Amino acid sequence: MEKLTKEDVNPKILETLLADTDITVEDALENEMILNMGPQHPATHGVLRVLLRLDGETVVSSVPELGYLHRGYEKMAENMSYYEFIPHTDRLDYLSPMMNNVAWVLAVEKLAGIEAPPRAQYIRMLIAEFARMASHLVAIGALAMDVGALTVFLWTLREREKILDIWDILCGARFTNSYTRIGGVANDAQPEALAKARWFIDQFEENMDECERLLNSNRIFVERLDGIGAISGDEAIDLGMTGPSLRGSGIEFDLRRNSPYLCYNDMDFKVITYKEGDALARYFVRADETRESVKIIRQVLDNMPKGDVLLNQPKKVLPKKTEIYSRMEELIHDFMIVNFGINPPVGEIYHAIEGSKGELGFYFVSKGEGKPWKCKIRSPSFCNLQSLPKLIKGYMISDVVAIIGSIDPIMGEADK
Amino acid sequence: MDIKDLVVVKLKEKFPKYNFETSEFRNELTVKLDKKNIVKVCKFLKENEELDFRLCEDVTAIDWAKRTDRFTVVYHIFSLKNNFRLRLKADVDESDCSIETVTSVWKSANWAEREAYDMYGIKFKGHPDLRRMYMPEEFEYHPLRKDFPLMGIPGSLPLPKKN
Amino acid sequence: MGLEAKLKNDGFLATTVDALVGWSRKNSVWPMPMGISCCAIEMMASGDPKYDIARFGSEVMRFTPRQCDLMIVAGTVTYKMSHVVKKIYDQMPDPKWVIAMGACTSSGGMYRSYSVVQGIDQFLPVDIYLAGCPPRPENLLNALIQIQDKIKRSKAREFQDIPLPELPVLQNN
Repeated sequence: MEKLTKEDVNPKILETLLADTDITVEDALENEMILNMGPQHPATHGVLRVLLRLDGETVVSSVPELGYLHRGYEKMAENMSYYEFIPHTDRLDYLSPMMNNVAWVLAVEKLAGIEAPPRAQYIRMLIAEFARMASHLVAIGALAMDVGALTVFLWTLREREKILDIWDILCGARFTNSYTRIGGVANDAQPEALAKARWFIDQFEENMDECERLLNSNRIFVERLDGIGAISGDEAIDLGMTGPSLRGSGIEFDLRRNSPYLCYNDMDFKVITYKEGDALARYFVRADETRESVKIIRQVLDNMPKGDVLLNQPKKVLPKKTEIYSRMEELIHDFMIVNFGINPPVGEIYHAIEGSKGELGFYFVSKGEGKPWKCKIRSPSFCNLQSLPKLIKGYMISDVVAIIGSIDPIMGEADK
Repeated sequence: MDIKDLVVVKLKEKFPKYNFETSEFRNELTVKLDKKNIVKVCKFLKENEELDFRLCEDVTAIDWAKRTDRFTVVYHIFSLKNNFRLRLKADVDESDCSIETVTSVWKSANWAEREAYDMYGIKFKGHPDLRRMYMPEEFEYHPLRKDFPLMGIPGSLPLPKKN
Repeated sequence: MGLEAKLKNDGFLATTVDALVGWSRKNSVWPMPMGISCCAIEMMASGDPKYDIARFGSEVMRFTPRQCDLMIVAGTVTYKMSHVVKKIYDQMPDPKWVIAMGACTSSGGMYRSYSVVQGIDQFLPVDIYLAGCPPRPENLLNALIQIQDKIKRSKAREFQDIPLPELPVLQNN
């Protein structure tokens, strides 16, 4: 963190920073200080730059600056077919990569008007809930590490490694696995993977209890987070927050219940809400959501139907590899789909799922070609970060770190 | 009454003189309107108690790459009470590349409109803080326009020197 | 660095000092995690109990460049971020090494777009390129061992007393 003079800061940012009072630039920099919490910082989750205007140690106003990880996803999506973009969606919210894959293929299937077979839908639910658990484990661990409890980070990472092992058996890659395909999933879930999933959820509750025992009644942890970064439910919704941050402020909004997708209608789980709206409430929402995910996974494993995992629709779904090499129609369809794309009808759709940070949505405009004419990614971290200036106003610098940890932004998503 | 018909009926009731074009695709309702009426319509949609569109999910734009009405600004809004999502569209011509901002109705449109400005160059009149979002301030082009190449324009973004 | 800089020839004393210094340097390489995106998560995973990087001597990952030897650039470097990476590299004291972790830093990776630098060797001298998207933690540990071999073979006279360049005091807002 370094102190800036007024020549160093871009004039437009300076204007915004000093906007809400009638102090002029010269006065401001004598009594107050502009501090740069730069893109490379151990406590900002990724490359987020926050310019803070401080009066002593209290934050008077702040301006977050994004764009340090802007990779041009939307422009690339206009130049590649729907299938080719699936590996790119892994890298959006890189802590829960399977969830983004599921979101993308659900949106493309809605546009093309097809639906995956039931076994594929159950497998997608399984991996989405595992992805949610993996993301929440890192979020809890990073939040605990930011306020000083270093042990919890290593324990939650140990649990996460077990989830990554399950994904390794399932699809071959432990991380950034592009497992879903349009019309289903890439390959069937092996019995070892399902057995290991069952073993994992059986021993997970105890380990989670162990981590929580270190934190929930720890006076330092609770006092550092209690009452910090409070926001009311109405303001949160007006600012566009969704996900655990919104549910920590009392509004019961979960896309798995409000506009259900996959087979969540048949699953029995609670939507966790806490009323207080501060950082501690958001932490509790995440911790309890991991337990609800365990319940959902248990129900999925008990009720998994048998059958195909890829839809049999040759014009839209890639055929199986073994058939391509031996039969003529499959060869032709494979060639057409890989080179020209799936050619959905002309139109536009928006489809959103409940990601681990909030509502992850894809908006497609299709002109009937294999590539989308426009693709917009509505990322939850981008909208949650918008509330950051409001949340940290009036608190100290060390609270800024705790608040960013409790919102849990991922810059790969926020910067697209 | 079905929520889709309810929305259309109420809009036509309250604003009889505005012309709305509605269309439906894959069970989603899209309402297209004139860009000068956008703030009034959005305010009505948010404040009406039966409709209650409190969450503005996204503001974005489409570049059609044609000579008239080159851009279309698209709003996605969600009503928690009815669990219903509505899409509003307004055409913007390239000659007067601007539209009124809806940040007075929903604060979440703030950053989304900044992103639309950065990527497409559409100015939002009355926006409290219209700066670029992702690209550095000195960048002169708007990347998501169809005439901007995917690999970028060499020399438009500076790189530090290797010593 | 002062004493070794004066040993300019190969002789019994110089090679013994070289070997000693090389051995002590390689067994305590402290990395500076320049974690930008997905590869940073695998770098964190290489520090967790399963793939423990601390047993190779990298006991701590200091986030301040002034106390580090090795910069692991993990994640896609965009043009906007490249100035920040270079600034941090300049702040590290000699001797320093750079690992370009992952496909994005080696060559731009899967991102052929307007805002991604196609390979960080356009502005940083890189010692080891790691392939993978992201590379597994075992791959990162392999790279660390290779860097340790490189350090063991280095001679003390390669690190003369070089005065640091004066850094300009401007920001790139």
